[in-house]
Amino acid sequence: MRTGLYDFHLEIKAQMVPFAGFSMPLLYGQTGQVASHKYVRDHVGLFDVGHMVQSFITGPSAERFLEWLTPSSLSSLVPFSSTLSVFLNEQGGIIDDTIICKHSEEKFYVVTNASRRDRDIEWIRSKIGEWNENHRNSGGIVRLEVLDNWGLVAVQGPEAASYLQTLTSYDLPQLTFGKSAYMDIGDVQCHVARGGYTGEDGFEISIPPEHTVATTRLLSKDPVQLIGLAARDSLRLEAGMCLYGHDLDESTSPVEAGLNWVIGKDRRQDNSGFIGAETVLGQLKNGVTRKRVGLVVEDVPAREGAKILHPETLEDIGVVTSGIPSPSLSKNIAMGYVQTVDGFNRKGKEVKVQVRGKPRNAVIQPLPFVPSRYWRGVSP
Amino acid sequence: MASSRFYSHNPKKYTLDHEWVSLDSETLLATISITHYAQSSLGDVVFVELPKVGDEVKAGEQIGAVESVKAASDIYAPISGVIEEVNSALDQQPSLLNKFPEGDGWLCKIRAANPDEMEILMTPEAYKEHCET
Repeated sequence: MRTGLYDFHLEIKAQMVPFAGFSMPLLYGQTGQVASHKYVRDHVGLFDVGHMVQSFITGPSAERFLEWLTPSSLSSLVPFSSTLSVFLNEQGGIIDDTIICKHSEEKFYVVTNASRRDRDIEWIRSKIGEWNENHRNSGGIVRLEVLDNWGLVAVQGPEAASYLQTLTSYDLPQLTFGKSAYMDIGDVQCHVARGGYTGEDGFEISIPPEHTVATTRLLSKDPVQLIGLAARDSLRLEAGMCLYGHDLDESTSPVEAGLNWVIGKDRRQDNSGFIGAETVLGQLKNGVTRKRVGLVVEDVPAREGAKILHPETLEDIGVVTSGIPSPSLSKNIAMGYVQTVDGFNRKGKEVKVQVRGKPRNAVIQPLPFVPSRYWRGVSP
Repeated sequence: MASSRFYSHNPKKYTLDHEWVSLDSETLLATISITHYAQSSLGDVVFVELPKVGDEVKAGEQIGAVESVKAASDIYAPISGVIEEVNSALDQQPSLLNKFPEGDGWLCKIRAANPDEMEILMTPEAYKEHCET
């Protein structure tokens, strides 16, 4: 598959690679991953994320429906604000992570991962089927509308807001992290959500299909540089964010993944009724046997699949799920899951990580590795 | 620079893993590194793990790794012998591997135990074909 920007990428000499069924840009021209990565941390970059699945979930009972599918407290969200959330299976495992933006209690804009497209759509459709069956007489019909062919670009970095402000009359300082709004960019109305996947201030901009290329051209003028998947991965890992299929999967619960905060405060009582609640609430109460952690590994980068070992006995106590030499920190950073027995998930705990047959020293670190710099408004 | 002249007298042989070897037939020192093709598919090299001087290695054995942000690429000994020298300049400047993969970005020198092992490696022509297929 191709996003609406495929020809645009080729025109500006992107190196395209297969990703989640799409042909996506990895790097552009001669610019390497490290330079691209640093440019986003220091200036501003634009990412095509049009492979991700954008949908509307609508209907009179849409909010209650989504509070069945997720552990989020959507009723406490004000309109045009969003939250990270998760779809859980019956066992409390994560089907996908998602950003849910509430437009009203009857309309939610939902962005999910390209790699989970089929699983998500099938899951949501089947749950809508059940829901509508049960709510037929109470007028609570829910619908899923997938926004195929809509553009989605992320503009990220400390200069993102000042650049975007040159293209819109909307007063961007009003739009704090997690908020969204419809605004004209040039003369095209777009859905703009403040946030992203880099830890930097930025925006995710949803563009109608017929305007995707022209609006992206407008959004990618100097000083904005186009950034590919390579730097997207290193930026998100420094920001401590999970990549589905690597750091999250269906056998992992949000409690194990360190995502307790996606479970709404008012969703933690026994009758809260979201799918997977039994396992997840039990884990909140009784703890889990493994947890996601950050690691800094001495000397060598540890990659996905590297074993985490007990520092003395060298027994397996966990596994690395993502790891890179960090371009911003010049340290080898990683995320993984480690046993909670003996507190191996605690900050500062020393462990070993097996790389090329040798145990290497590593220390458990809090996430994120690079502090986030979201726009939360001016302090009064 | 003397070393680049030195290389040119010793035609390179190549491995399927995108490494090159240049054997000095008098000293039996084999200089090895990764090819231009390898560095370009790996991207910015940020870390190199080298074997230790004095290590005895067998042809095909993993002796280190070259890493970019996105991936790690293992290095295998193309021939058997003893590690005689490692390029410590790579500790400070791993990017030498991107800039001069077939010169200053050499990885290590192996004192060849069995120079005949060079025979089964690819010629420059065969390697070129290998990259194109």
